[in-house]
Amino acid sequence: MLYREAGDFKTTYREDNQTFPIKFDRYRYYVVLAVAFLLIPFLINDYWVNAIFLPFLIYSIAAIGLNILVGYCGQVSLGSGGFMAVGAYAVYKLMTAFPDVSIMIHVFLAGAITAGVGVLFGLPSLRIKGFYLAVATLAAQFFLVWIFNRVPWFYNYSASGQINAPEREFFGVAVTGANADSWATYVFCLIILTFCGIVARNLTRGAMGRKWMAIRDMDIAAEIIGVNPLNAKLSAFAISSFFIGISGALFFSVYLGAVEVGEAFGINKSFLILFMIIIGGLGSIFGSFAGAAFLVLLPVLLKNLFVAGLGWQPDLATHLEFMIVGGLIILFLVVEPHGIAQIWRLAKEKLRLWPFPH
Amino acid sequence: MPEQVVFGMEVFLNGLMAGVLYALVALGFVLIYKASGIFNYAQGVMALFSAMTLVGVMNGQVPFSHLINAIFGTEIHHFGWHLPALAGILLTMGIMVILAWLVQKVIFKHLVNQAPIILFMATIGLAYFMEGFGDLMWGGEIKKLDVGIPQGINLWIDETTFNIFDYGFFIDNLDIFATVVAIFLVFALVAFAQYTKQGRAMRAVADDHQAALSVGVSLNFIWVMVWSLAGFVALIAGIMWGTKSGVQFSLSLIALKALPVLMLGGFTSIPGAIVGGLIIGVGEKMFEFLVGPLIGGATENWFAYVLALLFLVFRPQGLFGEKIIERV
Repeated sequence: MLYREAGDFKTTYREDNQTFPIKFDRYRYYVVLAVAFLLIPFLINDYWVNAIFLPFLIYSIAAIGLNILVGYCGQVSLGSGGFMAVGAYAVYKLMTAFPDVSIMIHVFLAGAITAGVGVLFGLPSLRIKGFYLAVATLAAQFFLVWIFNRVPWFYNYSASGQINAPEREFFGVAVTGANADSWATYVFCLIILTFCGIVARNLTRGAMGRKWMAIRDMDIAAEIIGVNPLNAKLSAFAISSFFIGISGALFFSVYLGAVEVGEAFGINKSFLILFMIIIGGLGSIFGSFAGAAFLVLLPVLLKNLFVAGLGWQPDLATHLEFMIVGGLIILFLVVEPHGIAQIWRLAKEKLRLWPFPH
Repeated sequence: MPEQVVFGMEVFLNGLMAGVLYALVALGFVLIYKASGIFNYAQGVMALFSAMTLVGVMNGQVPFSHLINAIFGTEIHHFGWHLPALAGILLTMGIMVILAWLVQKVIFKHLVNQAPIILFMATIGLAYFMEGFGDLMWGGEIKKLDVGIPQGINLWIDETTFNIFDYGFFIDNLDIFATVVAIFLVFALVAFAQYTKQGRAMRAVADDHQAALSVGVSLNFIWVMVWSLAGFVALIAGIMWGTKSGVQFSLSLIALKALPVLMLGGFTSIPGAIVGGLIIGVGEKMFEFLVGPLIGGATENWFAYVLALLFLVFRPQGLFGEKIIERV
């Protein structure tokens, strides 16, 4: 009954084009924001932040980034782990080189640097398509991880080859380093995620997003109707890498604090983010959130169920997790190729008509 | 002859051998891709799974023993028998055929006519599933696989080269054996595709699904057969790699190494897989030997991909692939 367009009169074009045209959706969005910003920071403790909220926020940013490239522009990339590593190392170099500049600026600069690297590795996409491109992005993945391992300048010649995040403050509150409070790290990531989400949502429904989708649906046809494939593909690579770089920077500086590049940003990370957007829904910003939430929660739930609940060995739970994740991906592809986002969309359709079936 | 050149020759030979092993994995990819248009990322995990199954069957391990023990609190591990290698291989092959049938029945039957990229992602899901399944079934620890393949330095080559160059080449017997097997396998596959009824049907399906269907070829049967063949190739690759470096998780990563091989050779060409494998094998070993020390080593991790990437920019369909024609 509440979920209706009826009675919600739009009197300007601006209102007509807003992100949430239905009043209920709009209020729900404000409520979610209010809960996330004003309620959760007072309720959470270290465990919740480190096990669930931080990974969810950070992976959501990465998933949005990859979704722009794969879901909206149709260029399959298996290099997101490598691009996250670029973000992490960029923010590390910036943090140590300019300690006085705000960490927020560093995070966004790291994203910009990653965008540059992304464009570089996106250049072959003009010639190479489909699987060939997917495999070509593996070159980015392996080459970037290798270079961060081998060139000592990137890890400031530290003996262990690791990078460690020094303590940095945002408005006087420590958000990186060992002394950062969990609520502060949460709020810091949440601000960035909110910004990224709004930017991505508006980019994808604007002219740029429509160009990307035209390229995705059929690039030759798009070229004929006047979409410049060079601009469209490279802008998708740049913006996608920008988000992924930000998430890599946060993953290193705020979440982990110390990183060994092969372990944290290996090929498995690329697949994990790809799975998030497949399960969540390709070509949907909401899907990126849903997929990230799903794949962050699933291991935690399974671990609690099998290890804490039934007392099994942790490795058994890991094997089962692999099976379940793999099985779910297949299941989603078979049953609902558009992921959780499509289920959500169908539910909303039904809700609009409720209590009538048609 | 200067020492460096002799070393280089040894590296070259070793690169060729490594290339053969890459080509073995790449062959499985090509088979499935040609017949069904599915780019099977799970090929590497199939190699791992088959090798694990072979070890498990030969040692008489109880499948899922860890899971059973965890649920029922029992302490079972082994049936207490040891099978000879040949029986183990046959049994494993049977399991791979069942697996092929299940994969076709459960997954790809429902994904007919989907975009290739969706199929690719489904195989990534399959790879994850099988990885967990294999570990759950046989346990996740590193296992030793011994089916009686000769291993260690080949003394004859060592002596001969020592007489010629004053320096004995180190060539592993296993690599020579793998090369011979790979050559046989290629000839067998080509003969199968060219001279048998099923092989002809397979080529027909590869050419045009609908036309093949209309002249009475059973697509289902052909696809199960192709997946079984790929399972067979995976088993052989699994035996070779498993004997070489133990049956462990990293085995599944050779699939990633096979990808640049495929790109170089072209997805649709069996000779392409072999030639691509050799180029990558020799290329990465020689690059590591010549340039590696200058830029910090371990270049093998990425060289293959970068080579394939650069190559593709100039020739997007690979060496032997069919020319990509796009129409609106």
